[in-house]
Amino acid sequence: MSTTTLTPTPTDTPVAAPAAKLHDEGGIGLRNNLRHIGALVRRNLLQIKKDPESMFDALLMPVIFVLLFVYVFGGSVGGSMGGGRQEYLNYLIPGLMAMMGMNIAMAVGSGVNDDFRKGVMDRFRTMPIARSSVLVAKIVVELGRMMVATLILLGMGFALGMELHGSVLGLIAAIGLSAAFGAAIMWIFILLGLAMKTSQAVQGMGMLVMMPLQFGSSIFAPPTTMPGWLQAFTDYNPLSNLADAARGLMMGTSLGHSVWLTLGWAVAITAAVAPLAVSKFRKKS
Amino acid sequence: MTRIDKNPRNGGTGGNAVEVRGLVKHYGETKALDGVDLDVREGTVLGVLGPNGAGKTTLVRCLSTLITPDAGTAVVAGFDVVKQPRALRRTIGLTGQYASVDEKLSGWENLYMIGRLLDLPRKKARARADELLERFSLTDAAKKAAMEYSGGMRRRLDLAASMIGSPAVLYLDEPTTGLDPRTRNEVWDEVQRMVAEGATVLLTTQYMEEAEQLANELTVIDKGRIIARGGVNELKAKVGGRTLQIRPSDPAELAPMAQALRETGLDGVAGAQAVPDEGLLYVPILSDEQLTAVIGLLGTRGFSLAHVATALPSLDEVFLAITGDKATVTDTIPEEVAA
Repeated sequence: MSTTTLTPTPTDTPVAAPAAKLHDEGGIGLRNNLRHIGALVRRNLLQIKKDPESMFDALLMPVIFVLLFVYVFGGSVGGSMGGGRQEYLNYLIPGLMAMMGMNIAMAVGSGVNDDFRKGVMDRFRTMPIARSSVLVAKIVVELGRMMVATLILLGMGFALGMELHGSVLGLIAAIGLSAAFGAAIMWIFILLGLAMKTSQAVQGMGMLVMMPLQFGSSIFAPPTTMPGWLQAFTDYNPLSNLADAARGLMMGTSLGHSVWLTLGWAVAITAAVAPLAVSKFRKKS
Repeated sequence: MTRIDKNPRNGGTGGNAVEVRGLVKHYGETKALDGVDLDVREGTVLGVLGPNGAGKTTLVRCLSTLITPDAGTAVVAGFDVVKQPRALRRTIGLTGQYASVDEKLSGWENLYMIGRLLDLPRKKARARADELLERFSLTDAAKKAAMEYSGGMRRRLDLAASMIGSPAVLYLDEPTTGLDPRTRNEVWDEVQRMVAEGATVLLTTQYMEEAEQLANELTVIDKGRIIARGGVNELKAKVGGRTLQIRPSDPAELAPMAQALRETGLDGVAGAQAVPDEGLLYVPILSDEQLTAVIGLLGTRGFSLAHVATALPSLDEVFLAITGDKATVTDTIPEEVAA
């Protein structure tokens, strides 16, 4: 215990101790920041370890989606694509990779919201750590969960007979691209999680936004049979870009500008939303 | 009753660890803080006494950089809360009304995480976690999730978490609200130990008894304004002394006892009142001598006493004495009951 660092200050003109300037000007420093993020990632991982049920979505969602879509729609959609269930499987799996990121990202929002209503967030915010590190740690862990979901999805795909027509490098690039886009989307949900009162509201709002975006895209079916206005929407829908990019990288179909468009969306969303989310986090009381 | 100075070692050091001037925080129409001035001398405990909604928590949140005041200045350990929040965060510890630990993590995991966030090397963080768990008698529960802790254990873990960085200034925001008397005493013991080791403490409370136990000086706050300040004894003198509660062996003797005490004509004691419903006699006393005199008198008159207790004035009575107005104590029911 040291009280010797205390500096009595005149009442009207508070003057900082010399050490103060050093700290506040120098900020936290990259190495310390990384260590803080590490400690907070560990916290989130321990939470998952103690509550394995929180992994159920990442573990089961890919299985259920693949089974449902392949066996319910596979025959008819695949048929109209000039193939069959097999054709649809090759079409669907890269699209679902794009979707996984969104659904996992939604959980970040309610997670942040839950965290905030507990006292521990007050402790973090009164500690000498960058306030963004709490959010960054959350994103790191969610990206990990997303990777688990993606691997299960791919495993399901291969088990049901998906064929890879692109290179392994292309597959890795597709995974990376989904992760980059997923991380960008997470900032949106973090912002929602901070702005809304309850985690249920975050979930509900998330579903409202997600459903049209996911189904109004090229994830589940080729947009060629959709009406013109919807096609216009799917063309600009970033999820279509991501699904097309993943498909191109994995299946060797035409890439067009999809990779660059997806990266552009990811960068633009992050640049626009992350500062808002961090500032909201800082000001929230 | 003689008051023992809580921290003689620190008596007389001149500097102020906390200096607040004209602090204002409004929430819309509500003036949570309406121009608060206060000082906490280094190494002492300042008790901030007030009912719910008086602005105590807003004050603590301003001083711990969780919210930004609308006006005024606050300097803690030499750092300005608005201009130097980062440096300030290195010198403070906060234990709020609600335990600020991660409930899913074990006690040890919580303390280790906080050590790492405070830039302790792994080995040191581990040692510090062990040390603090030991000190707060939580070693047996080290591996249990904080969720499974009793109210008192959680509060102790929270105190331990606040101590990891050996903060120069500690804020305790209603540290015992909702705790049973036994766990309350445990928390008090810990706070007294921290102070003995040199910490400066700003303590908010709704309980006169807690302020009496822990604080060197008191500030009474209501509706965002300071309405009284001074030493604990000064304030007590202003408010009046304790109340003696006597239960006679035979309830029928209540009235004769009250009569006998009224006849003494002593200031205070003469205000004795019998409350037959409770079977109790309430006697205001202003000194230890009066206490002795009352018991002595009742003894020589041959009354038989079953139970005797003294009580400090309640927050209500303090407010009544200071403002002539009833305090708006809206919530005195503990929000959580310790197991």
